[in-house]
Amino acid sequence: MSTPHPTDATALIVFCVLFAFVTVVGFVAVRWRRAKLDSIDEWGLGGRRFGTVVTWFLLGGDLYTAYTFIAVPALVFGAGAAGFFALPYTIIVYPLVFMIMPRLWTVAHRRGYVTSADFVQGRYGSRKLSLAVALTGLLATMPYIALQLVGIQVVLAAMGVEGDWPLIIAFAILAAYTYNSGLRAPALIAVVKDVMIWIVIIVAVAYLPGKLGGFGAIFDSAREALPKHDPPGALIPTGVDAQVAYATLALGSAMALFLYPHAMTGVLSSQSAKVVRRNAAILPAYSFVLGLIALLGFMAIAANLQPQTPNFAVPDLFITFFPSWFEGFAFAAIAIGALVPAAVMSIAAANLFTRNIWSAYLHKDASPAEESQVAKISSLVMKVGAVLFILLLPTEYAIDLQLLGGVWILQTLPAVVIALYTRWFHRWGLFAGWAVGMVVGTVMAATQDFKSIFPLELFGLHVTVYAALLALIANLAVAAVLTVALRGSGVGEGRDDTVADDYEELEDVGGIKPLPAQPGEERARAASGRFRLGDGERGAGERETPVPGTPKEQQERTPRAP
Amino acid sequence: MRGERTRSRAWYWLLVLPFLGLLIPPLYAKENPELWGIPFFYWYQFVWVPLAAGVTFLVYRRTK
Repeated sequence: MSTPHPTDATALIVFCVLFAFVTVVGFVAVRWRRAKLDSIDEWGLGGRRFGTVVTWFLLGGDLYTAYTFIAVPALVFGAGAAGFFALPYTIIVYPLVFMIMPRLWTVAHRRGYVTSADFVQGRYGSRKLSLAVALTGLLATMPYIALQLVGIQVVLAAMGVEGDWPLIIAFAILAAYTYNSGLRAPALIAVVKDVMIWIVIIVAVAYLPGKLGGFGAIFDSAREALPKHDPPGALIPTGVDAQVAYATLALGSAMALFLYPHAMTGVLSSQSAKVVRRNAAILPAYSFVLGLIALLGFMAIAANLQPQTPNFAVPDLFITFFPSWFEGFAFAAIAIGALVPAAVMSIAAANLFTRNIWSAYLHKDASPAEESQVAKISSLVMKVGAVLFILLLPTEYAIDLQLLGGVWILQTLPAVVIALYTRWFHRWGLFAGWAVGMVVGTVMAATQDFKSIFPLELFGLHVTVYAALLALIANLAVAAVLTVALRGSGVGEGRDDTVADDYEELEDVGGIKPLPAQPGEERARAASGRFRLGDGERGAGERETPVPGTPKEQQERTPRAP
Repeated sequence: MRGERTRSRAWYWLLVLPFLGLLIPPLYAKENPELWGIPFFYWYQFVWVPLAAGVTFLVYRRTK
């Protein structure tokens, strides 16, 4: 098939120079805040020392992926308002982060947890529940890594580069510096990526509306064109159906986002709970940019572009209105924007595999050095898997699976997030709830031809709801019923390694506990293996009682948050 | 100390505002009033970005 995009040499040269630059950055990152990368804390969490600014760049680069930059405007281009849910979604996610993540950071820091599944293991003393959480994370992450390749593919094709080799080379380079530098590489590259994205979007939004006759004209042409699309789109969501879908997609996606391993890794690599809180207040800056990028979809409509697929809406917009060198710059921003999340995702997945499958099942009592080595190698395997996935299977599969990934990852909410506040749920109740949620969510999505919204008849009212939320309700219902039943029949609750104090930020306990923020001390503690998987199992019986605490203690532990 | 902390935690309730403002689309799924040619539906949600960040920052200041 011949490409409708001619090869653009200038754009390609700019693109390659920038790509080479971040490759160097990726390898040099190993020297940054140098430490021996022979523990998973150092390789997989950057030594847990990232401050407010680095965390802002890292999480910004990590959450707002290249695929988002391609897919959100593509959806807005095709369907209009329905695609704009990405904005409310990425606004309301931060109050949730503010309330929940500092607590998770605190307990993970106290206990040396590297993954969410580590926390579940420590909290419930159940390797099976922990494995369920880890597998869900892996399953949700892999298609997401593959989709980042689609982002690179689109911009390469827009510059007239077809074929598999450029993609393979790009990912091979990425794999090499991730192996070498661990989380430090994407953290440093994220700074470059984010600055480039900011420049591109500021230029685009300052320049394009003027060229297209102003925002009034842009929205007018979208208002006129959208209803003629197939299926018809709309500029404003009217009707109960569209509005319920819009709100539930925003809420469900926001609840799911920070359960993703790559988001969790970004949070746990920060140096304090305070850094996490501050970031909840400053990360919305990226949401503003995402909203502007979404509007590029309307600008593509106003410019009367006819992209070969909606994914080319934004690339074609840049080709049409900007000189080649800026086009190359913008495309490099998107491609580098794919590398950061792909690196963090593969590291997060490697951490999960190493801690919760390798060290928990395959080679118990693995040393920190061995864990680090296993994580490095498994991060390579993840990337090879992602490349094969994209090269051998239709892209449609990756998109469907990524969509399912959102539904799946939300099913870990009871075991990870609710567990931060209460241990009321029984571990087997949580496990059964998770299983039911996974099946229900998958079936709902599959029967809707992998659309994320599911039609419901509620009290005679027809509404469409994000399938992930419906599956979560089923999950919670099963978990609650089984918790009551299992507790009544006295099935073992498992041992809780954590104590109430582990969840309280240091300032709150009146300085009784020394600040363990010294990096050296922290490393030593991680290396000494204070937390080992399987402890819960071996130590069962020692504290074989439910540990939700007295009702009074319970009250203290639960913040008065909504 | 207990009372102080309880009082400072009351600030968390402010974090409900972005949810109320954004999860009820009938509130803002309208064309008018427009701003610089942008329908209300779009600029209203953009306004919530600094608003939500401001609320979060305020709660951060008051609870730390």
